[in-house]
Amino acid sequence: MAALPSISIAIVGSGGAGALTTVDCLLEAASAAGWHGLFTRTMGPQIRGGEAAGLLRLAVHPVESLPDQFDLLIGIDWLNAHRFGAEIKVGPQTLVISDPRGGEPPPMVKQSGARVIEVPMKDMAKAIPGGRPNMIALGIASRLMGFTIEQVFVPIEKRLADKGSAAIEASLAGIKAGFGAAADIEFDKRLAKPVPSTARRWLLSGNEATALGALRGGIRFAAAYPITPATEILEWLAPNLAKIGGTLLQAEDELAAINMIIGSSYGGTPALTATSGPGLSLMIEALGLATSAEIPVVVVDVMRGGPSTGIPTKSEQGDLNIAIFGLHGDAPHLVLAPQSVGDCLFTTQWATYLAETLQAPAIVLSDQFMGQSRAALERPADVAFIGARAIATEISGVYKRHALTANGVSLMAIPGTRGGQYTADGLTHSERGTPTSGADDHLAQLDKRRDKLDHFNFGDHWASVEGAGDLAVITWGSLTGAAREAAGRAKTDGIDARVVAPRLLAPARPEQMMAALEGVKRILVVEQTHGRQFHKYLRAHYDLPAPVRVFHRPGPLPITAGEIHRAIAEWR
Amino acid sequence: MSKTSGNPKVASLNDLLAVAYQIEIDAVDRYHVLADQMETHNNPELVKIFRDLARAEGIHGEEIRRLAGDFDIVGHARKIARFGRGESPEEADMSSAHYMMTPWHALQLSLSGEKRALAYFISIVETARDPKVKAMAAELVLEETEHVDLVHRLLRRYPQPDQGWAEDLDPAASQE
Amino acid sequence: MNIAVTPPAYTPADYKSDVKPIWCPGCGDYHVLMSFTRAFAQLGLMPEEVVVVSGIGCSSRIPAYTNCYGFHGVHGRSLALAAGLKVTRPDLTVVVASGDGDGYSIGGNHFLHACRRNVDMTYVVMDNHIYGMTKGQPSPTTEPEFDTALTPGGTKVPPFHPLVVALASGANFIARCYSGDANATADVLAAAIRHPGFSFVEILSPCVTFRPDEKAWKDLVRPAAVAATSDQAKAARRLMADDGFNIGILYRGNRTPFQPASGASDIDLSALEKDFEL
Repeated sequence: MAALPSISIAIVGSGGAGALTTVDCLLEAASAAGWHGLFTRTMGPQIRGGEAAGLLRLAVHPVESLPDQFDLLIGIDWLNAHRFGAEIKVGPQTLVISDPRGGEPPPMVKQSGARVIEVPMKDMAKAIPGGRPNMIALGIASRLMGFTIEQVFVPIEKRLADKGSAAIEASLAGIKAGFGAAADIEFDKRLAKPVPSTARRWLLSGNEATALGALRGGIRFAAAYPITPATEILEWLAPNLAKIGGTLLQAEDELAAINMIIGSSYGGTPALTATSGPGLSLMIEALGLATSAEIPVVVVDVMRGGPSTGIPTKSEQGDLNIAIFGLHGDAPHLVLAPQSVGDCLFTTQWATYLAETLQAPAIVLSDQFMGQSRAALERPADVAFIGARAIATEISGVYKRHALTANGVSLMAIPGTRGGQYTADGLTHSERGTPTSGADDHLAQLDKRRDKLDHFNFGDHWASVEGAGDLAVITWGSLTGAAREAAGRAKTDGIDARVVAPRLLAPARPEQMMAALEGVKRILVVEQTHGRQFHKYLRAHYDLPAPVRVFHRPGPLPITAGEIHRAIAEWR
Repeated sequence: MSKTSGNPKVASLNDLLAVAYQIEIDAVDRYHVLADQMETHNNPELVKIFRDLARAEGIHGEEIRRLAGDFDIVGHARKIARFGRGESPEEADMSSAHYMMTPWHALQLSLSGEKRALAYFISIVETARDPKVKAMAAELVLEETEHVDLVHRLLRRYPQPDQGWAEDLDPAASQE
Repeated sequence: MNIAVTPPAYTPADYKSDVKPIWCPGCGDYHVLMSFTRAFAQLGLMPEEVVVVSGIGCSSRIPAYTNCYGFHGVHGRSLALAAGLKVTRPDLTVVVASGDGDGYSIGGNHFLHACRRNVDMTYVVMDNHIYGMTKGQPSPTTEPEFDTALTPGGTKVPPFHPLVVALASGANFIARCYSGDANATADVLAAAIRHPGFSFVEILSPCVTFRPDEKAWKDLVRPAAVAATSDQAKAARRLMADDGFNIGILYRGNRTPFQPASGASDIDLSALEKDFEL
């Protein structure tokens, strides 16, 4: 019995089979037992009843990327499962559990060399009053993965709490039946024992982490217009903002949403909205206004497949260009990108702190993969970054909203403060804030807004820089986890690779990047775009002191650690 | 809401045949739409049931067409066979569909359609003045009664599902 | 609009594509699709001369399910796109499809100006009092106490009256339908398409997944007690008192449709260049 650092399982089903709920329960059971995990979903185009697959990777250490291949694949049924072919990689090492009444396994299974064992889940479920095939599947999975029935029953009982005791009993019976049926199935993989820890375990999605990070950073107003895959951020904020005395307002569209948060922030309440590519496009004009008027706001963009309406349910990194270069005129602002589900919390909190401190808009580029994946991890530590806006309190004399100061940040008068009356404006303005078309004022304010960002000490959080060695993998966002894993595997090949993943994309950090790339002889850029946006951004802002190769691919398929490892190994 | 206000006027035998034909044709179309829905939503058992029902209705439609002989029943139906709200045998049945529906539900849906058709033809028998129309309507009543019986027999094969038949633990998917 | 005097024998099936809708079984929009195809057949429109323009949302998926030309555009802007299309191609029949989210929320501003401008087109809003595609947020026609994840306890903001707004903004034809009565809806759609200028048809179309309570609409809708009026003041009074369930054509106006002159001209470019000659 091999004790492995990580095991991956996928469960496929359609039309009410409850495949996703089954995998979610496994994640919860694993988390309670002390393991880490990452649960991703992939679904057909229907709103309900569609084909669905839950993909789960469990490990001893934090999980930030999907596996190259799945160890166990259970097909509750195979209806339209061919759609998932490219995403659920199986091979000769994979065990596939198939229901003979569930339809034909798709080509990806048949051609993979995987071991297929048939279990009549549907019939077994029918033999139990109120029984459901996914509970049979849950029992099978539990046995094979080394869980006890009790461990997986706890999350199920929680989910069925308001459905009555009959439903709960039926589920338990189903789990037991599946557990029993798996007794004869050979599966020689087991997760290595979890690392003992006293830290509290959490289960949350990237979107939830983003929302919590916003509140920790001081956000107390949110404007909401729903859009896939960002809506969950807003739906989490709705009741939770209210609990702490904040407010969420549903807007009629994204144009309204961005202007609402500017209004809130102008009035002194830190504000945020969340959207995706199409919504960010609508918000661009008002982001320019916030930049010019020096009003802090946070806009989370949970990136999805583009361009235009694109692939709303899949991940891609194609909004980099518009986030950094999208504003008309010269309008430097903050752009940040979290690197994992857990990092969504830190980065959003930090973005809020930076926006408030520097009085500028911050765009947080999350993506669908992080946003809608659920992770089992340790409770993220509290960090000290809380919005620290420089507010004008005792005002005497002429108040200059945009006074030229040493660090470029001027005191902001909040409405209600006597003597501080001013009119915020998108028109080019003087120190006092009054409109001007003069060359000196225009230049002075452009310098101010650029320098306040450029000269700020962002510290070490600007990027993750890990490892040494003369090959650097430069990547960002959700690919960071896969890059880290690839670097780890390369090390066992004798290749020393370092990973540099900026968390702060704008303003650029030339000195810090130079230090991070000290001694590098090869640079591998990895990104999930068609147009090499990240590579072009690096070339625009940074000296890359060594030959560069770019491994890029657009969505919808994630880039795996195995692929990055191969790219590293092939470049000697 | 008047029970008869939405029904097509049947003044002749050809009128009756045209309306009866249209009822069948609309049912064929409805069942195929439902079968397509079941196919898209991964309910293969129901795909078969709805395709079978469509085929059965199509056969009835062809029988009626044959009864009409040379008369252009299709064109005539298009002109006169219009049901208003609440009266068409094929109205609103589709709103009781569900992606997890069971054979029992499909048969209930079919049964309600057959019963409505039956009620309509009974009303023709009762109100028609032309004896030929009356006679044909009576035949159609017999035919529909047989259909109703058939559905009842089929229903005996499929028990009413338990309360949790529509239970889907997984959340809905947002596609845009 | 190209309607033959004796319409060729098109059947509703001629207007259906073979793309299978992703709408949930039980969705009112299946009936709306039936009504579209029946209305087009009634009018004998050539499928290639009809364009169905939509935005984003469940209702907006409809163009691909028809055999006509279609445009599945961005969220809330279908009316603007349709206006650009129709004024340059007045020969086409333009039908715009939207929902209460796409049409009344993000599309609200364009709604107002489309009514005002009165370009000849038909605007169909499938109203289910909810945002279906994004899983159940309130729309501008949702009841104020309707509880959702995004608005716990309800928005506390009352719905507005789209038909009144349409009237006030200049819409030339205003009707309300119920999807469950596909034939009556088809008749209204045909009348709306025939009527010159901006025709607005709201279709109550229940959402089986996020508003199962809307099954009750079947018993709440009723035919409007009074025939359509062309008197704006009368219509305004009726619509302000309307409870949202009166079915039928409620207003028919007499405005001239907006259609800028275009086409052949006997001026060529050299004539324009005279401006620059010394």
